[in-house]
Amino acid sequence: MTATFMAVVRRDLLLAVRQRADVANTLLFFIVVVTMVPLGVGPELNTLRTIAPGVVWVAALLAAILSLNRLFANDYADGALEQMLLTGEPLPIIVLAKSFAHWLVTGLPITLMAALLGIMFDLGVEPTAILMVSLLLGTPALSLIGAVGAGLTLGLRGGGVLISLLVLPLYVPVLIFGAGAVEAVTGGLSPQAHLMLLAALSLGTTVLAPWAIAAALRISME
Amino acid sequence: MLQTVDLECTRGERLLFAHLAFTVEAGTCLHIAGENGSGKTSLLRILCGLLSPTAGEVRWAGANIRTLREEYWQQLAYVGHLNGVKDDLTALENVRYGAAVTGRAAPVGHAREALAELALAGFDGSLARFLSQGQKRRVALARLFLAEAAKLWILDEPFTALDVRGVAVLSDLIGRHTARGGIVVLTTHQDVPLPGRVARLDLQVLEPA
Repeated sequence: MTATFMAVVRRDLLLAVRQRADVANTLLFFIVVVTMVPLGVGPELNTLRTIAPGVVWVAALLAAILSLNRLFANDYADGALEQMLLTGEPLPIIVLAKSFAHWLVTGLPITLMAALLGIMFDLGVEPTAILMVSLLLGTPALSLIGAVGAGLTLGLRGGGVLISLLVLPLYVPVLIFGAGAVEAVTGGLSPQAHLMLLAALSLGTTVLAPWAIAAALRISME
Repeated sequence: MLQTVDLECTRGERLLFAHLAFTVEAGTCLHIAGENGSGKTSLLRILCGLLSPTAGEVRWAGANIRTLREEYWQQLAYVGHLNGVKDDLTALENVRYGAAVTGRAAPVGHAREALAELALAGFDGSLARFLSQGQKRRVALARLFLAEAAKLWILDEPFTALDVRGVAVLSDLIGRHTARGGIVVLTTHQDVPLPGRVARLDLQVLEPA
């Protein structure tokens, strides 16, 4: 089971390396969206500091959504997904591996890039660190919840828009606690409660989402 | 032993087949024939468990495959209509990861041998996107060499895009599998002499009622 998990992760990472442009698009999109905001809002530092956590988190959600159709669509089109559904290994393990690989090429780089964006918004050291921790704890939930949506909309026409409608409302708690953690720190409070809730969301989805993704994929393949 | 009981399948509004019951004993190759649209692929997908039948059930060694699930899929190797070959992986990576995903070990040596058997020896390191249609089909079929432990092979049009030599290699492979006591269920429109014990099932296109 561990061997299958590792094999799927390695396979998806290898594919991500070979399809660099796709991965880079998502990350560039994230950076561009965040960079647009100061241009629109104006260079008032106090305003920027206040809105920074929310802006970074919203951009992270949008970038995650944008990358979701990459998750299963290619495997669906070339038949690799059929093979995955017909394995003697538990399907939830395979989809968990795929979501983990997806997180490694979207959630993790987004978390790292938040350090630069923190400087851009003049957030200060501690709020930037908390922003990164909140992203680190929250983005796994984005990949996993998104994978459920990706599984459900697989093979549908206009699936891209539908996926946003399905998944964005489910992202709301992650967004609230993620941005809330940074706001708490800048307001002089402890971000611990927010971070713990984020971790709980990610752990909860790690346990439950794979079953939902597996069921969604089986329905989509009918 | 693969058995279907009173199988019925409707796609969209159309009834493809009803009351389909047959048994495939160990060591037999079942050739499913029929015109386009007679439901061959749907039947194969039902036999795999990818599609649920409108009525009836498929049994493997006496138990419904819907309850066996992973236990059944361990025994199954399926080569569908789509090759399941990733364009951005090399031929060798495709065979190895293809096997690993299905929970079968694929040591490099073994995977190379499988490719060599299908005359792809020099293409180990080529990305699949640079392979021809027939070569991609061979990569997909190379997985069967690593799936010898799987008792049931379900092959959807396995001979498409293969050249004369490829067809010979594959029919030999099928012959060896049935001789081992395995079961092969396949569809083909080509007139390929299949070795060993072969049963034939003809599906008719049903007129809409």
